[in-house]
Amino acid sequence: MCGIVGLFLKDKALQPELGRMLTDMLITMSDRGPDSAGIAIYGAAEAGRAKLTIQAHDPDMIFTGLANELRDELDVDISLRVKDTHAVIDLPESKLQAARAALKKLRPAARVMSAGEVMEIYKEVGLPGDVAARFDIPKLEGSHGIGHTRMATESAVTTLGAHPFSTGADQCLVHNGSLSNHNSLRRKLAREGVGVESENDSEVAAAYLSWKMQEGSTLAEALESGLDDLDGFYTFVVGTKDGFGVVRDPIACKPAVMAETDQYVAFGSEYRALVNLPGIEDARVWEPEPATVYFWKH
Amino acid sequence: MQIFDLEAKGLRALNSTLQGQGPDTNETAWEIVNAKGSHAIAVGLTAPIDVTVRGSTGYYCAGMNAEATVRVDGSAGPGVAENMMSGAVIVEGDASQYAGATGHGGLLVIKGNAASRCGISMKGIDIVVQGNVGHMSAFMAQSGNLVVCGDAGEALGDSIYEAHLFVRGTVKSLGADCVEKEMRPEHLEILKDLITRSGVEARPEEFTRYGSARKLYNFDIDNAY
Repeated sequence: MCGIVGLFLKDKALQPELGRMLTDMLITMSDRGPDSAGIAIYGAAEAGRAKLTIQAHDPDMIFTGLANELRDELDVDISLRVKDTHAVIDLPESKLQAARAALKKLRPAARVMSAGEVMEIYKEVGLPGDVAARFDIPKLEGSHGIGHTRMATESAVTTLGAHPFSTGADQCLVHNGSLSNHNSLRRKLAREGVGVESENDSEVAAAYLSWKMQEGSTLAEALESGLDDLDGFYTFVVGTKDGFGVVRDPIACKPAVMAETDQYVAFGSEYRALVNLPGIEDARVWEPEPATVYFWKH
Repeated sequence: MQIFDLEAKGLRALNSTLQGQGPDTNETAWEIVNAKGSHAIAVGLTAPIDVTVRGSTGYYCAGMNAEATVRVDGSAGPGVAENMMSGAVIVEGDASQYAGATGHGGLLVIKGNAASRCGISMKGIDIVVQGNVGHMSAFMAQSGNLVVCGDAGEALGDSIYEAHLFVRGTVKSLGADCVEKEMRPEHLEILKDLITRSGVEARPEEFTRYGSARKLYNFDIDNAY
């Protein structure tokens, strides 16, 4: 069991409320996943700038002085915002790859949670309410976001085993379910030169989608191929720079409820997660069909 | 009419209050407000009381119901009316997966659509769905009636024993050992009665009947892998 929430805002007036609304939804899903929690949030884009969210077990040691060292290394304007165990590095978009390489050299122990123009990923072990408070999620603004509460089944309760998993620039994935062919798929991906960091099954799904997209598929096509190549139970919610998507396996035993109004499209593992959204009483509420890819875009 | 605020008083208080009603109770009409998708609302009822839930419900609403009439004024989450014994459960909106699973008796009416596995392993319950049902509905159904006024998804009636399945619309595919069957006068009578009692809009002669080919009843080496 795990819990998934997602919110895609159509009404710009709600953007300052995104973090607060997602946090409320996430906390409602605590009993579906008390082990760890995470959130991917899509904020405003700034022309020519990009973000790198990194995580450290020992934030003091890793983050102290890092901004200056990166500035020296790359010779560009860089800022670093520390949030508990995470830090968001703001930098010119053209230097994103160089910054990742520099980071590997300067702080090999730091882990990249996400990279892109607008997406930030925060995730940690602990109750969803505690995790949201540590990262001050309620204060975050944005156009859309997805969150996950994890009840671990396939691998250990660790920060790296927490969701969301980044699948590429400004792309991420959360998963409720369990994949039964993740070991063989992990070996297949390794042969293709795609590595994963943990023993987690969902990370393999994320890596699979990244690989498919590197090979030229769109995200929708990658999700369609996943219906053939991923064996097991899953409800996936994926985040992209300008929208989010939902797909359930053909058996569809992992729950999913969606709601749509003129103001938003919302996803919840259960209807409970949606009950405090504005105008939910009059929303169109439905269950996504099995083996069907859904997408919403700004 | 007794009004029960679920958010204020909590689930245990609700279910123990409703389960505490005896067969001769004077408190026969209940309304539950602030349901907010909670799980296990109005389960295990044994008295002939009338319960209306305002809003949508979570998992297992009206599970194990006997005698009571439970109405959900919204949509129901997974496993509504699971293992119902008697009485009635009416869902005004949609029902999630395995609605009416393993039900032994009573009537489940879904005014919207039902998701996958509706009536899985049904054992005597009557289920009437105004809309469509999802895949694997009536899987291993043993007895009772499933009436679908819309369409049925993949593998309807897979490995069915004895149960009557009536579908007005299309069937995406039939499961193992489930076949189309002749509609005889007694089946039209069953349909007429269920349509009348459930209040759905349909005519008996619009339906097609499906049931067991009875080929899986005994071991057959050709069915083994």
